[in-house]
Amino acid sequence: MAGSTTPDLVATLVKYAVMFLVFINVAPIMNWVERRACGLIQDRPGPNRVGPFGLFQPVADALKFMFKEDVTPAAADKPLYLLAPVLALVPAFTTFIVLPFGPDLEVGGRLMRLVIADVDTGALLFLSIASLSVYSLVLAGYGSNNKFSLIGSIRASAQMISYELALTITVLAVLMAAGSFHLGDVVAYQRQHHVWNVIPQILGFVVFLVASFAETNRLPFDLPEAESELIAGFHTEYSAMRFALFFQAEYTNMAALAGLGVTLYFGGWSLPGVHVQGLPGAVLGLVTLVVKIAVWMGLFVWVRWTFPRFRYDQLMRLGWKVLLPLSIVNLIAVAAMSLAGWI
Amino acid sequence: METVIFLIFAALALGSSLVVVAHKNPIYSTMSLVLTLFSVAVLFVMLGAPFVGVLQVLIYTGAIVVLFLFVIMLLNLQRTGRDDSRMAGQSLQIIVALGGAALFALLIALALSRTSLPPVQALTADMVSLKLLSRQLFTEYLLPFEIVGLLLLVAVIGATVVARRPPQADTTTSYVESTKGSEP
Repeated sequence: MAGSTTPDLVATLVKYAVMFLVFINVAPIMNWVERRACGLIQDRPGPNRVGPFGLFQPVADALKFMFKEDVTPAAADKPLYLLAPVLALVPAFTTFIVLPFGPDLEVGGRLMRLVIADVDTGALLFLSIASLSVYSLVLAGYGSNNKFSLIGSIRASAQMISYELALTITVLAVLMAAGSFHLGDVVAYQRQHHVWNVIPQILGFVVFLVASFAETNRLPFDLPEAESELIAGFHTEYSAMRFALFFQAEYTNMAALAGLGVTLYFGGWSLPGVHVQGLPGAVLGLVTLVVKIAVWMGLFVWVRWTFPRFRYDQLMRLGWKVLLPLSIVNLIAVAAMSLAGWI
Repeated sequence: METVIFLIFAALALGSSLVVVAHKNPIYSTMSLVLTLFSVAVLFVMLGAPFVGVLQVLIYTGAIVVLFLFVIMLLNLQRTGRDDSRMAGQSLQIIVALGGAALFALLIALALSRTSLPPVQALTADMVSLKLLSRQLFTEYLLPFEIVGLLLLVAVIGATVVARRPPQADTTTSYVESTKGSEP
């Protein structure tokens, strides 16, 4: 099969290492950003004791997680309880393999696309692996042998599968316009038309944005972790390093989904009118992608500390009765525009 | 390399499917089903149908098995405490199982002896490509495609009709009242 020769494998490993190094740092940085932004919005300083501007707070938190006592409920279903945090990390660190992070690079005489998984089914692969992230929530809630965790995990899984539909259909609209599942082709399409997809498909973008909040369990859709209602929802019974794994998985999922949104709607790694080739082009592409993801993550944080939480029935009604029809309308509109030749 | 991957995932699929049918705890069975379907999806990809493999994960493990898990969790089934080895009718089970295995072996023998197998072709990028599949789906197989969509619609409507509570004939109820007790 193509792509399984040794140089190809080495290239894939190098690309994965680059993306991994980017995404592993998301959780500590977001920890700091989240708490400082929270402080800013709530008119208080936020962490400012550990290092200048509290910049070493993530280090302090990591040390805390490592040395905290690991409390495991006695009546918990041990294998499932222990599997859940590990299972949470797998989709988090696998979904970003389809995100392109630069223009085609000339390596050893061949043109190589800067995507870890250069397959036909790009965006669909992202969605399919992301859909596996429901299992960690379900197993955590069930395995904890705790009523609040169970309620939290049931809410979480119902919410995730409801909003997955609207998300998938808006993604489908973009892929339909671009004519390919491969996200590199989507970026090329946006470069070719000199307009980011957010402008002709603004409805789809709005639906995607709302659905991405729901998919990652972020406020206003964080009922599964509803701090004031369910203690900590599905991860109530997890302490120390296990909780840190959930924490990491949540932020990395946010970053990956932000990466998808940025690639579909905001041109991914490309800047309008900029055509830098070779290694500098690749570095510029990666930096651009990271900056765009950072802006989207900033939006996640901003919204979290601004809006109140949705009630469960409001949440389900929004997902099924508002977002799903809107996403279908968007699909039809994009199909019509595509046929008319406007996009 | 391919043989190694095939052996690993085929063994995984077989092993986890055994756990699905043999384990006492239904939650473990369901998670093993996830593993089985995922392994089969990998085998699909190796056979040159990556789209089918990805869809298998997206739809089967990502949605359908989640639904199974929901139902099992909400029904709160306990591990079966009975000793299944002394169940009545167990000798009949063994006979049927052996008969099924014999039938399967006969089928394999017949298939291998009667026809000459076509030469194994190496997979090319064309055969595997999504464009070819989608072109076929929307030209040659358009009618089956539409019929399957219609079938799914019928299934959704049927499920909705079967699952809803019968509407009250006398007074109209508010939205909150009518959905009371139907959500966790």
